[in-house]
Order: sequence, then structure tokens, then C-alpha cells
Amino acid sequence: MSEEIKKETVTIYIDGKAAEVPSGSNLVDALESVGKEVPHYCYHPKLSVSGNCRMCLVEMGTPGRDRATGEPILNDDGSPKIMWVPKPVIGCATNVSPGMHVRTESDQVKTCREGVMEFLLVNHPLDCPICDQAGECRLQEFATDYGRGYSRFIEEKNVKPKRTRIGPRVMLDDERCILCSRCIRFSEEIAEDPVLGFIDRGSYSTLTTFPGTQLENNYSLNTVDICPVGALTSTDFRFRMRVWFLKETQSIDTESSVGCNTVVGSREGTIYRITPRRNDEVNDTWMPDSGRALYKQVDCDDRLTAYAVEGRPVSPAEAISVAAGRLLEEGGVAILASGRLSVEEQFLLKKIRGELNGPVPTYLVARHGEGDGKLLSADRNPNVRGALLTGLIDELPEESLGELEGLIKEGSIKTVLAVGEDLLEAGLSEESVKKVKVVLVGSHHTQCAQHAEVEIPLLTVFEKSGTFVNQQFRVQKFAQAVPGPAGTLHGLSTFTRMLEALNPDAVVEPSPAMIWEEMQSVIPEFAGMQFEAIPSTGTVVGDSRFANLPFVETQGLHFEPKAALAEA
Amino acid sequence: MDSVKKNTEIHPDERRIILKNADLPDYDVSIDCYLRNGGYEVMKQAFASRKPEELCQEVMDSEVRGRGGAGFPAGMKWKFLDRKSGKPIYLICNADESEPGTFKDRQIIHKDPHQLIEGMMITAFATGTAKAFIYIREEMPLGAKILEEAIEEARAKNLVGDNILGSDYSCDLIVHRGAAAYICGEETGLIESLEGKRAYPRIKPPYFPAALGLYMCPTIVNNVETLCNVVHIVEMGGKEYAKIGKPGNTGTRIWCLSGHVRNPGYFELENGKFTYGDLIYKFGGGLRDGRSLQALIPGGSSSKVLRAGERFTGKLRSGEEFNWGIEDIPLDFDGPMAAGSMSGSGAVVVIDDSVDIVEVLANINAFYAHESCGQCTPCREGSLWMKKITTRMANGGAREEDADLLASIGDQIAGRTVCAHGEACAWPTQSFVAKFRDKFIEKAKQDPEEAKKRPFRMV
Repeated sequence: MSEEIKKETVTIYIDGKAAEVPSGSNLVDALESVGKEVPHYCYHPKLSVSGNCRMCLVEMGTPGRDRATGEPILNDDGSPKIMWVPKPVIGCATNVSPGMHVRTESDQVKTCREGVMEFLLVNHPLDCPICDQAGECRLQEFATDYGRGYSRFIEEKNVKPKRTRIGPRVMLDDERCILCSRCIRFSEEIAEDPVLGFIDRGSYSTLTTFPGTQLENNYSLNTVDICPVGALTSTDFRFRMRVWFLKETQSIDTESSVGCNTVVGSREGTIYRITPRRNDEVNDTWMPDSGRALYKQVDCDDRLTAYAVEGRPVSPAEAISVAAGRLLEEGGVAILASGRLSVEEQFLLKKIRGELNGPVPTYLVARHGEGDGKLLSADRNPNVRGALLTGLIDELPEESLGELEGLIKEGSIKTVLAVGEDLLEAGLSEESVKKVKVVLVGSHHTQCAQHAEVEIPLLTVFEKSGTFVNQQFRVQKFAQAVPGPAGTLHGLSTFTRMLEALNPDAVVEPSPAMIWEEMQSVIPEFAGMQFEAIPSTGTVVGDSRFANLPFVETQGLHFEPKAALAEA
Repeated sequence: MDSVKKNTEIHPDERRIILKNADLPDYDVSIDCYLRNGGYEVMKQAFASRKPEELCQEVMDSEVRGRGGAGFPAGMKWKFLDRKSGKPIYLICNADESEPGTFKDRQIIHKDPHQLIEGMMITAFATGTAKAFIYIREEMPLGAKILEEAIEEARAKNLVGDNILGSDYSCDLIVHRGAAAYICGEETGLIESLEGKRAYPRIKPPYFPAALGLYMCPTIVNNVETLCNVVHIVEMGGKEYAKIGKPGNTGTRIWCLSGHVRNPGYFELENGKFTYGDLIYKFGGGLRDGRSLQALIPGGSSSKVLRAGERFTGKLRSGEEFNWGIEDIPLDFDGPMAAGSMSGSGAVVVIDDSVDIVEVLANINAFYAHESCGQCTPCREGSLWMKKITTRMANGGAREEDADLLASIGDQIAGRTVCAHGEACAWPTQSFVAKFRDKFIEKAKQDPEEAKKRPFRMV
């Protein structure tokens, strides 16, 4: 929704009180915009309206008009006479109109909600103690808020399949299902992979996949997110942690330049799940399944956790000092940086480069895949634009590191500072890697670690705070969810200390806020920006300096490539 | 061609318009027979000399009300068509006759299919329909076959298809066999089913068929009997047709009489000329010996039940006061409505004192629970819950509080669902409990062992 549309409002009367609500919105959204909850299950702001749960029933009336003359009908006191619709209406399928009256707290609405709640529970297994949804379950919440509080049901409950693996990542419990059809509509409308449907009829209706298909697309776990009850659960998260123990941290999906907004759920330093966070300009309420598995890189066997010089464990200070010495003494340094580093890290890396002697060729590792037209773009680096904005690179990364390979072969490069990338995995030959001294700053024990003279651990996105710039040139913040491995420097300290080791006068505080202070004064696009002030949905910055670069992204959700726009 | 058994005993007081020929001994379903009896003449005249608007006006003037159940004026329905959208208009004949107790459309389809085709083609011409469909109940395979053959005959005579009767109007007519579910008769459920989906009724608003019907195009859905009436309305003129019956209840209706009467069957009667008493005793031959009337379902199993001995008082729309017993209720649309029920699809079910009224409700509840599509919560869960309760009650597990519980569940369904199936499943329970409360309470006192001797099971 653009800003202009948002501003258009109409006046409606909610339980007698006037309120300004967005015009064209339905009653559920309209009332939410003024802080009034209309309980609902099947309605989802990003899906079509199906109107089947009947939880959002409210009383609605509009100012009456004389049929013959079209004149407003007035009460004796001159106020418009409200013609109340005799039956309650569903809020999700009722659009607001000027002067509309809504009752959300009347006895009729109350009994409607009690009735629907009771009906939803009669065949529900009430297995909350073993249900993963417990704690974030609409059925629990609305039963508490709007239910009767006791049961009148003494018959036998329906029996349905309890654990059906409907896809590699999704488990279905049909007894818990309230048949809201959100998952079906999501699969059809958003994932465009319509494999879900109901079979059987009435209360025996059962969610299932079409014969020969399964829910295996890369967006399947969104069905788990939007399932208002515990019918669809993630095979990865299932039975692992009670949701109320989870600390929620706002983060960004790093698997592509889309930069899906996410929430990282962790407890006591361990991440249990990643779920999407609503951003109507970026990812709506969705994210790919692949991005949800990225937390597994945090607690894995090949994490680089120790500082080392020539294989010998050393203190962080010694490793950084040796590295700085190596970078200064030899000359002929090249930097292999990463589009996965944060803007702040990239900026500090550029400052580090400024302290070195002679020209320092700098490369980024290109990661290209196929854009899926949704939330996975062709550029699988989350922050190439950050590297451009900070001036770490001037051109888009090349598909291969042929130029660096050539420079090493001709002997003009003697030391490579690799940050967040592995030289061998990036495509350099072992022969070339052996020819140079490698200072490796990496999060994982990758192949070239054995060739590294200095090894310095790097934090993953979950262990630090910072920003990325996505394909829309939107600066998006992420926050630290869990602490880094024991003994590693926190936050941006690795970079600020290395800078200090190179130039004792260049003292920078290792906090994003302070680095933004400096960035906003030297990077025109960031002028006036403050780290704290960047909203949780991000800020779009100017991209005119890079208008001619051949970005690889193709059309996706909320994204049109500039080239396509120009053509249109 | 296949044919079905004729009902040759026609009561002299019947006024047969729709079924004029259907039961004649030598009348068959072929087009030749229909043409011999003056068939397609009205259509030919309409195509040759009438404008579509005139035909619509005739139907409006006739005040004919829909024969499917709701009794909505057909002319009004046509008038609501969204003609500004620029989208094609579709006409659907609802032949998914499935309300328990109803078997009138079947007679027309099985015995006089060309009358329906003629009515549909006139309607199609009058409304500018691009394509017409007959959605026929899956359980009527013979009817579908007869209709398909009849349409082929009509097509061969240029009555269906391209440039009908030499005009520049073309309209194809397609028979579509239903998906064997009661809800396929609900017009938006029918449309979904015709589109190849589950027959989940659509939410209204916004999906009113007149604007967003089949394939999101303006669509008319009319009942078989209604469409047949169009032939006679156009033939005699709308105003003339309106003289049959009573104002607001024009024309004839085919009533389907079933249950505990000596002579069940269908009777085409002039609206308002007879009473429910006439139907039961005069046309239906009365009850069996030694039996007395216990209850009457006046318009299909979803209509609210009437209890023998009840008095119905009030004021008619005309201002006239009434004080009726069941037998006095006029046999038309407004009569049963005034008595707090409805004429529905014209299915009258007579219940005598030989049956346990709780079992009657248990049977009805079983049907509506089975036929709830499952889309929306109140109907889906409420209908099955009510079925479970009444089944338990019928099998000796009744409790005194069940009557109140049933009534409360019914109240939680009616008026809160996507479609009228909510009312269809709630009204029987609400009315049975309200009117036979004593029997429901009595049931709780029944010896469970007694009930076990004759267990109640759903078919």
C-alpha cells in the first residue's frame, strides 16, 4: 500500500465511537488499525478472503437512504438513521463505507464468538500439553478471550489422522485442523504450487495433498506459520522447544539480496527456529524454507572458534597483530571480501584497505542462482549493494576470480586478506593459494584454512548486529540473537582492532551506531542517517550512483528490476 | 428413448400446466411428440416477434416466484443481472433436486424434457445468455441421458446452438452431471461445482451470481419448474398468468406429498386455492386407519415442523387476520410463511403418531450433518454435534438437558453461516425442540434397555 492510499480514510463508528480508518479496507483490518481486535482464523491480510471460520462476525449497519429519493433517512434528532443488517456479518468480507456503524461488543456478537469457539473445540483434541502451537495458538487465545470457559460436549470426538508427513518439512495433525483453508490458499496464491486440498465432507473434512504430490516447495513452511492452530508443524522445530521460552530477535534472511525480514527464536544462546517478520514492502509475511535452516551454521562442528598463527593457537590480540604486520610488511596485498558481510564490516574493511600500501585489488565473491520470482533472487549475496555504497568495490563481482588468479601467478600479489570467504571455494586454484600468504577471517573451518597463515574467527549474522542493503537499496537492520563462540571477539571488534593495529591513530568504537556516525558523513546516500533511527522495516536509500550497473536480480515479490521498469 | 412410469390417476381438481402432458399415456420424451402437442411454438413466436426486454417484462408481470425453495421472484432475479460488465451472461438450470421429500423436477425431466429446453431457450434469449447449463443431480442418470438426447434433437431442429431458428442469436445448452452432494443445489455451491471445484458455497457479498457468478460472470440460476413456467408465461402473457393463483403467489405449484398418507405423490395445484388439509385428505387420501396426524413438514425437511393441533394466528400482508390449524394453511408461498415455516421446494411430509418424534429429528439431523459441506464452522460442527446428540437420545441415552442444548446449538448456527445450509440444519432442530419439548423431555425418562431392543441406526 503506498503512502497516498494509506492517508485516505473514512469515518466509521465502532461501538458508537467515531474512528478514522483506511478507506477500502475490510472491517478486520480497519478495526485493527485503531487498535481494536476482531478475532479471526481464516482471514489473512495477504491471502484471498474465504470467510469460513465465522469468528469475525460483527453487527453492521449503514446510514439509511430513502429508496425513491436517495435522501438520507434521519432520526427525530436529525442524526442519520442506521439500518442495521439483521444478521451478523463477517468482518473480513465487509468493506468499510462512510458512516458505517459496527458493534463489536454487543450481546449478539459475544454469543456469536462463544458459539464459534465452542464449535471449533467440540472436535478439537485439546492436546495442548503436547502441541507445539501452544503459547502462540489462536484457538487457545480466543478460547480464553471469547469462549464460554466450559464444555457442553459429551459425545465422542471425531478421529482423524494424527501425524501425516505432507512434505519433507511439514507434519500434519488433522484432528487439530480447524479447516480454515489458509494453507490451501497460500499454496495456490503465493507459492503457486496447489498441492493441498480437503477431502471428505462436513466435520469429517480432512486436509491432505493431492495424490502423488507433496508439500515440498521452498515456501512450504509458511503454511506452518499461518496455521492458526497446531495442525501444521515444522518437522525441524517440532517438539524441540516451548515457544514461550524463545527470545525473539529481529533479523534478516541472508540467503539472497531480497533480505526477507525474520525473527530468530532462541533460548539460552541456542537458536531453535527462524520465522518471517512482516514487511509489506519486502516479503509480506513470507520467507523461503531455505532461509529458515541457516541457523544451523551457528552450532556446527566446523565452526572456526580459535585464533591461530601458522596453526598454533594464539590470543586474539596476537593473531590480529601478526595479521596486521603481515598486511603492512609485504605490499602486494589483495582483499577477498564478501557480500555476506554487514555494511559496517564492509566499511571497516574499506578503512583497513586505506591503511595498506599501494593499490589493493579488492574482490567480492559472486553468488548467482536462479531467481524464483518470489523471495529468492538471482543474487545470493545479501549485501553486494552495501559493498558498493561503502566503496569497498566499484563494480559488481565477477563470476570468477580469474583476475586475482592472474595477479597471483604473475607474482604481484603476495598476501591475500580473505574475509568471510574461502579462496579455494571461491574458485582459486590450490597452486595459487599456496603461492600467497593467507590471512583468513572466517566463520567456518573451510578448505583453505590449512593454507592460512593467520586464522581469525568471524561471527555469523546471528551473533552480531548491523545492517544489510537489499536489492531495493533498502538498508535493513539485524540484531544479535545469540552470543558468538566462547573466546571470540564480539561484534565489530575484530575489524576495529585490526584497523588500530594498522594505524594506532585510527581508533573506532566497535559499535554499529558509531560507525554509522562516520558513514553518514562520508557516504552521500547515508547522509543524516542514524543506526538507531533505521526503522524495523528498513530505509530505502538512493541508488543513482549505481544506475548503470548490470544487477542480476529479476522480478520478484515487491521487486521490479530497474531495466524492466525503464522498458515499461 | 427411455421412459418412466406414468401416473395416470390425475385428480380432477389439479390444474396441470407444467405437467399438462407429462402423464398422458401416449406422451413420450421425443421432440416429435412435443412438437405434435404444440411444443416450441411459444419459442418460435418469441424469437420471431418479441424483443428480449418484452419477454423479461412478461416474466416480471407474471410475478412468478422461484420454485426451488426460496420463492424469490424470477423476474426480479433477471433484472439484477449485471449487464454493464461486458462479460458473457450464463444461465444455469438448477436440476440438483435433493431436498428430502422433493421429486417434482424429476417428473418434468423424465417425462417432458423439451418443455424445460424450450423454457431455457426462451429465458436465454430474453436475458441475452451466452451459454446455458443444466446442472442435474448425479443420482438422476436417466434424467441426464434423456436431457442429452432431447438437446441433440433440439439442436438438429436448430432450436439450440448457432443462429437459433435463423436468428442471429446463438446459445449452446450443456448438461452437467452434479457431484452427488446436497450442497450442489445451493446456487453458489452449484456454480463452484460446475467450475470443477468442491461445491463450497461462496460468501455473499461479494459473490452474488447476478454479478459474479459462473466464472465470475453474471449468471442466472433458476429451478427446473420455474424455467418451465416461462414457456406458459410467455404463451399466455405475464399479466394473464398472474391471474392464476393469488397475488404474490401466482401460477401453479407441483407439490410433493410423502410420508404417512394413503396416496403419496405429486399434485400440480393452483396456488392458494387449496389448503394443507386438502392436500393431505383430498389429494393424499388421508392418513392410514387408526392413525392420527402428529406433525407436518410443510416444505422439505429443512422447513420448520408444524405440530398437529397447533393454532397459527396473526395478520397477513393484506391486513387480513387469520387463525389457522395445520389443515387451514393455504397451499402457496405465503401461507406456510405466515405459519412460521415455509413452502420451500413444495415437499410436504406427513408424520403420524406411529413414529417417535425424536427419531424423526435424529434422521433429519443425520442427513444435514452428512450433507454439510464442511466449509464454515457453525454448520460443519453444529450439524454433526446435533446428529450425535439426537442419535444418542434415540438410542436410550437421552438427558433432560438435551432439549435445551439442542435448541442452543441450533441458535448458534442459524444466521451465522456462509449459506442457507446453516438454517436448513438448524431449523428442524429448533422447531422440533420448540414444538415437541414434552417428547424430548419424556425421552430422557425412557428405559435405556427398552431403546436397545430397537436400536436406531442411520441408513
